Amino acid sequence: MALISPDNRGLRLATRYAVLVLIAVIFIFPLVFMLMSSLKPDQQLLLDSGSLRAFMPVGDISLENYSAAFRRAPVATFIFNSVLVTGITVVLSLAICSAAGFAFVFVNWKGRGVMLSILLATLIIPFETTAIPLLLLASKLPWIGLDGITWGWLNSYRVQIVPFIADGLTIYLFVQYFKDLPHELVEAARVEGASWPQIYRKIVMPLSGPILATAAILKFLVMYNQYLWPLMVTQEEGYRPVMVGLQYFFQLNVAWGEVMAYLSMITVPVLAFYLYLQKAFIASIASTGVKG
Amino acid sequence: MNAFKLAASVAVMAWASAAHSAETLTMWYHGAGNEVESKIINQIITDFNGSQSDWKVELQSFPQAAYNDSVVAGALAGNLPDILDVDGPNMPNWAWAGYMQPLKIDETKIANFLPGTKGVWNGQLYSIGLWDAAVALVTRKSTLEELKLRTPTVDAPWTKDEFMAALDAAKASGKWEYALDLGTAWTGEWYPYAFSPFLQSFGGDIVDRSTYKTAEGALNGDAALAFGEWWQGLFKNGYAQATQDPADRDGGFAAGKYAFSWNGNWAALGALSAFEDTVFLPAPDFGNGPKIGAASWQFGVSANSKHPEGAAAFIEFALQDKYLADFSNGIGLIPATPTAAAMVDNYKEGGPLAVFADYSNKSGLVRPVTPGYLVQAKVFEKAAADIANGADVAATLDAAVDEINADIEKNNGYGH
Repeated sequence: MALISPDNRGLRLATRYAVLVLIAVIFIFPLVFMLMSSLKPDQQLLLDSGSLRAFMPVGDISLENYSAAFRRAPVATFIFNSVLVTGITVVLSLAICSAAGFAFVFVNWKGRGVMLSILLATLIIPFETTAIPLLLLASKLPWIGLDGITWGWLNSYRVQIVPFIADGLTIYLFVQYFKDLPHELVEAARVEGASWPQIYRKIVMPLSGPILATAAILKFLVMYNQYLWPLMVTQEEGYRPVMVGLQYFFQLNVAWGEVMAYLSMITVPVLAFYLYLQKAFIASIASTGVKG
Repeated sequence: MNAFKLAASVAVMAWASAAHSAETLTMWYHGAGNEVESKIINQIITDFNGSQSDWKVELQSFPQAAYNDSVVAGALAGNLPDILDVDGPNMPNWAWAGYMQPLKIDETKIANFLPGTKGVWNGQLYSIGLWDAAVALVTRKSTLEELKLRTPTVDAPWTKDEFMAALDAAKASGKWEYALDLGTAWTGEWYPYAFSPFLQSFGGDIVDRSTYKTAEGALNGDAALAFGEWWQGLFKNGYAQATQDPADRDGGFAAGKYAFSWNGNWAALGALSAFEDTVFLPAPDFGNGPKIGAASWQFGVSANSKHPEGAAAFIEFALQDKYLADFSNGIGLIPATPTAAAMVDNYKEGGPLAVFADYSNKSGLVRPVTPGYLVQAKVFEKAAADIANGADVAATLDAAVDEINADIEKNNGYGH
């Protein structure tokens, strides 16, 4: 049995940090590669890719790939569309799915067990299997707008938002989290005469910061990375999101520098959103055991 | 009374104005992200819209990699445009599936177009291309001299033995990492487009073109087996890579990694800028003449169009030599007519890329003209990749035949 002494404690600490640094480096290298490559001309990028130079700002460095990316595609439009669609979907999803989770956990209604089972069963259905029926439905739905009633939701923001507001996974996350909240609080509020909406709004939601952050990040990632659905429903360039926009850069001869510049630009909102919510996200994982 | 006259006049003028307002034609094009292509297609549209008052074309561009999926989704949703462009080999499928209708244009205007630019299905013209693409064996004059190789021509191409001797010489010299760059990094349509002509030169094919009802004998007969063994040997014997880094495909020839590169004319100007003495050799003849893939992107009219005559008018307008030349100057592809080629420095007689037009004319072979091609292309791609990675040749080709035949049967022969 090894003796614990200040000496080997330091060694263990050093080893632990070395491993953590190694893991951090492995995870951060793709991002560094992307950023560095976005600053290099294509030929240099390809030559550097086989050596450590790929991770260093060396050689003919410039922002030319960024300006070329803007010339090739309406990058700002794509980012705006993705942020708008993702933002609205996340907000609506948190509101609807948390309310659904609340109803499953706290409100006693007939058939909720069966409904929850059905909801969970939807988790195993891949989106690809429902995409075509959903497309047919979306192409026929009515909409009341400034022009009166119009038919078909294609080429709009709503067609990218509405189908993704509620989903089994997000509701399930809320259900699991709410189950662990002290039910005495809810019961006490009921005794005091609070209505369900009041309990939801004033008692349960203020205690749900970590799960809101987790659900927001997961939904954000799903929405921001949407490709198949927007590809099917947006024939007009003005509504396309970033992942469909990425295809603009894959011509017969791929301009890799521009691809890296575009990827660097579209990664910024994801990193910013994650960094903003990371504390609550980690707290949620620690408290619920949810693997993000 | 005067007020009545005034109102009547206004009404008549409004009616007359409405009667003369141009009908809008929507158009989808695969060139989003390609600045040059977008500029040319927009110029054609502007010119067309300005040339008459009956029609007004409005363009929606899609990135090429997402285009086919977008069209299929649009067709499902009943949302296709009037005019669309289609990759040549996909046209029969789109026509058969009811996405396209026959193209009614004056066919005397396309009499001198390259054969691969005409999209004909079931005896009717459905689409027409402004350009064609061609593949060649790219190398350097200095390489041919160093390895003491004869310079082949499309009329006297290398035989299989000559081609293999060239690869042997390149390999033995030790100067290059690999003798041949086949572009295996480019998955998808590149495989049937670039590699099935080898099979056809051996005497096989992806499907039996006499009936289009079976692949039996075409894809697993003696000629196909010979192709498969030869194909596998390229990788087993270290001439080429079965798995290639995309960066090597894009920059490997210029970096001196490969002695020969099997590549398209869209990459030709890049090769010429890397080495002044770059030459473009014709496909080798494996016994049934040199073969290369033909048919590139073409324009057609969607089945949904309520104004097929307007759509056809636009397509006919776009077929002018000056636009064919503009596209060729812009994206390096082969102009569809000799008269347009004469207007393009790269393709006029003696131009650095003129040989591609010759190769397209003399050795171009369209991919199987059948709606089943979409599936057959994928099956061929998988079989070619599996064989390259060491799978048993006969078993792989038999399995491919079974898969193609099952698909043909499932679709009731695809209307053949």
